[in-house]
Amino acid sequence: MNWLSRSWPLIGELTAQHALLSFAPVLLAMVISLILGYLLHRTGRFANILLAATGVVYAIPSIALFVTMPLILGTRILDPINIIVALTVYSTVLLNRSVVDGFRSVPEEARQAATAMGFGTLRRLFAVELPLALPVMLSGLRVVVVTNIAMVTVGAVIGMGALGQLFDLGFNSGYVVPIVVGIALVMIMALLADGLILLIKNLLLPWSRRVRA
Amino acid sequence: MNLFSYLADTQNWAGADGITARIGQHLAYTGLSLLLAAVIAIALGVAIGHFRVGQFLVVGVSNAGRAIPTLGLLVLVVTLMGSGVTPVLFALTVLAIPPILNATATGIAEADPGAVQASRAMGMTSWQVITQVELPLAFPLIVSGLRNASLQVVSTATVAALAAAGGLGRLVVDGQRLGEDGYPQMFAGAVLVAVIAVTIDILLGLLAFGLRRRRSRTNRAETARTIDDGRAPTTEISRARRAESHSAEDHSAESRST
Repeated sequence: MNWLSRSWPLIGELTAQHALLSFAPVLLAMVISLILGYLLHRTGRFANILLAATGVVYAIPSIALFVTMPLILGTRILDPINIIVALTVYSTVLLNRSVVDGFRSVPEEARQAATAMGFGTLRRLFAVELPLALPVMLSGLRVVVVTNIAMVTVGAVIGMGALGQLFDLGFNSGYVVPIVVGIALVMIMALLADGLILLIKNLLLPWSRRVRA
Repeated sequence: MNLFSYLADTQNWAGADGITARIGQHLAYTGLSLLLAAVIAIALGVAIGHFRVGQFLVVGVSNAGRAIPTLGLLVLVVTLMGSGVTPVLFALTVLAIPPILNATATGIAEADPGAVQASRAMGMTSWQVITQVELPLAFPLIVSGLRNASLQVVSTATVAALAAAGGLGRLVVDGQRLGEDGYPQMFAGAVLVAVIAVTIDILLGLLAFGLRRRRSRTNRAETARTIDDGRAPTTEISRARRAESHSAEDHSAESRST
């Protein structure tokens, strides 16, 4: 317990770093996949093929992606950018599917009604399609956020893992407390982030409760 | 510095700690823990799905499974049990259980109730219903559960190198300790793990796709027969069934944390 009492500053710093490394990719991926997903959705059935093809990216273990990033980006191995870009790639691949599924969940009747009321493409997109598609998209987002928070720790293998560093620390000293603290903090962060999205979803999109997510 | 120098050097491939041996170890860890996990998870999943008890357990386990940092679990197990292969296998098995358990329980519980009731009416025993009706119907979903689990295990097996075990992660970890000069070695490990992971994923993906197609073909034949009987086309029902099978797939949505 001694370790715990003198390590709060370290733990705080690692937690902040962890939040940055897990949420930055999610925000980036949200913007990218909203655009990509909408375009994919417009391709109709072709989207399925493209989604299956890009899904292969998700099969690449994160450690492999972390290690290859410096090569692609020209960064140094310990640059946090590597982690952020790698996780953005994963998140985008996962979110693309949710965005497409979301747009597909918009009832054709609602779309046609909007057109009949004289909505233009853009207005229909933002006033009708997007709000109706959001519940499905947000369930996808929950999975992505939780996965990212857990995945950041893998960066510890290459010396850049935020809270994952605690695993390294505990392992090298044969001391269990940092490891347990690390696991607990990662799970708490994941739980809080997940709950927050759920709360936002229920508050802002009351119609989403009717959708089976 | 040539990135492929480590891979290209034939000397690095041979020997007890050569690349070939590392690939063998990696596949052995993956295969063994998947097998162990499948035995446990399918047995448990069948019991939960068939008797419809403890479904909250499955949901809880699969949610927690997604949030658990796999590296943390592995390191914790190794610190408590000592390093070596057994703790690594134990940790990998634990990680592989949730996706398979979830898929099996969902697949069994959502097996076409008509088929299950018909088989009961024909006088099948519980065991026969499970092995001859529910399991075959749940099989495609179980395969996708196995696929998710294999993703998880192949990537976590890399991290096992931190716990002083073998596998392709050795290349990454040893390379990292060498600093800049070790990069070709790290890169070799990364590329090989990625190739193995993607290959396994594609193979199981094709298997799942084939199984699903075979099932949807039988479904379509059924629908056609209903219409021939002169009954009203069952659009509502088939739509509901489609929604159901879709949600069943969602339950096992890909998740991995390594």
